[in-house]
Amino acid sequence: MIRVALPFHLRNLAKIESEVELDLAGPVTQRAILDALEARYPMLRGTIRDHVTQKRRAFVRFFACEQDLSHDSPDAPLPDAVATGAEQFVVLGAMAGG
Amino acid sequence: MSAVRLLVGTRKGAFVLTADGKRDQWKIDGPHFAGWEIYHLKGSPVDPNRLYASQSSGWFGQMIQRSDDGGKTWEPVGNEFIYEGVPGTHQWYDGTQHPWEFKRIWHLEPSLTDPETVYAGAEDAALFRTGDGGKTWQELPGLRGAKGNLWQPGAGGMCLHTILLDPSQPNRMFVAISAAGAFRSDDAGQTWRPINRGLRSEMIPDPTADVGHCVHRIAMHSSRPGVLFMQKHWDVMRSENAGDSWNEVSGNLPSDFGFPIDVHAHEPETIYVVPIKSDSEHFPPDGKLRVYRSRTGGNEWEALTRGLPQSDCYVNVLRDAMCVDALDQCGIYFGTTGGQVYGSADAGDTWKPIVRDLPAVLSVEVQTLP
Repeated sequence: MIRVALPFHLRNLAKIESEVELDLAGPVTQRAILDALEARYPMLRGTIRDHVTQKRRAFVRFFACEQDLSHDSPDAPLPDAVATGAEQFVVLGAMAGG
Repeated sequence: MSAVRLLVGTRKGAFVLTADGKRDQWKIDGPHFAGWEIYHLKGSPVDPNRLYASQSSGWFGQMIQRSDDGGKTWEPVGNEFIYEGVPGTHQWYDGTQHPWEFKRIWHLEPSLTDPETVYAGAEDAALFRTGDGGKTWQELPGLRGAKGNLWQPGAGGMCLHTILLDPSQPNRMFVAISAAGAFRSDDAGQTWRPINRGLRSEMIPDPTADVGHCVHRIAMHSSRPGVLFMQKHWDVMRSENAGDSWNEVSGNLPSDFGFPIDVHAHEPETIYVVPIKSDSEHFPPDGKLRVYRSRTGGNEWEALTRGLPQSDCYVNVLRDAMCVDALDQCGIYFGTTGGQVYGSADAGDTWKPIVRDLPAVLSVEVQTLP
């Protein structure tokens, strides 16, 4: 089971109280997590990655296991701790603005 | 008794303000979508409880929200705005060509006859349409064929901010884009042509060019859809022939720079603007917030000041932030970048603040309810 933490605004948008739990059949990657997340919550499509390019939006970041994974390949395997659910896969809005 | 419902979009959420026909006591509901920019909300003319809202964020992009109960509850609908075909390029600030990139929806214009059909004006400028209540959106790409390669962004972005539907000719519609100009379609949005003859913009290389004019807003009265009024970057303009040509009607305004323009609900020759000192300062002349009214369709203007701050006022009124209701005694409303929403229940003679401390107001629309 994968545990996904979403930022405040996306939790509100999807009417999610806390973290999201996902079961993935195949390899645990950013792309697989986001595909499953968007399948369950279609209103999140386009908010984390671009509709067309499927690239991460500029001010969205992916953290896990105290690492910034934002620039990793979307198809790279995520750490075992994420795959086993020991650690959250964190989607967050970058600290930006003033 | 009749009632009015104001739909207010702000930098940090949406607010729904309601009052009975007297319009002296208001209920403030919100914020909806707290923390998100709400560029525009608008209700269907044929189903007033069907509302659409444009919700956006620099972090998470564009959402469209829909309400079927007059704004009490909302559901997100489709947010996929894909330019048709190869998006192409437009002029960029440095004179090079720049690819079209979707940023947000500035304006939503529900159909006059079908609550499921809505037009959406985008930045980078394009016109989208839904026929299924917002679930899916398709571009009407003919608009960008109207010399789109020569359009360029103004300081606020290359936004399609005004959509007018002609009630007498269902296939006719008008749009306005900053900084491209005004455009008309006579075939339901399939093909378009610039309608900017008579505009003069000194800040562009050819002041009378076909396209490139920074039109801030256009307005019409439903009983005379061939007569259009325009607040341009500088100049207030009027057209007698559905935009084929324009004449300046700035007359005795203290400044002919401004953003909104609107028409009295029952008097097609009574129009309103809010003069702003200049494009460099973006606040009212002399720190006095004044709406100007012309009862002659332009040229002769009177200042409306009663109830509005007449000293130390340095707010702006944005292009989508003024509207009129359709009650017998026409009400007029506007919102400011300082978060005030002012209302007049007597066609502008006297004003009162409805609410003073909202986030910066981006848009104000009013629904007149039975």
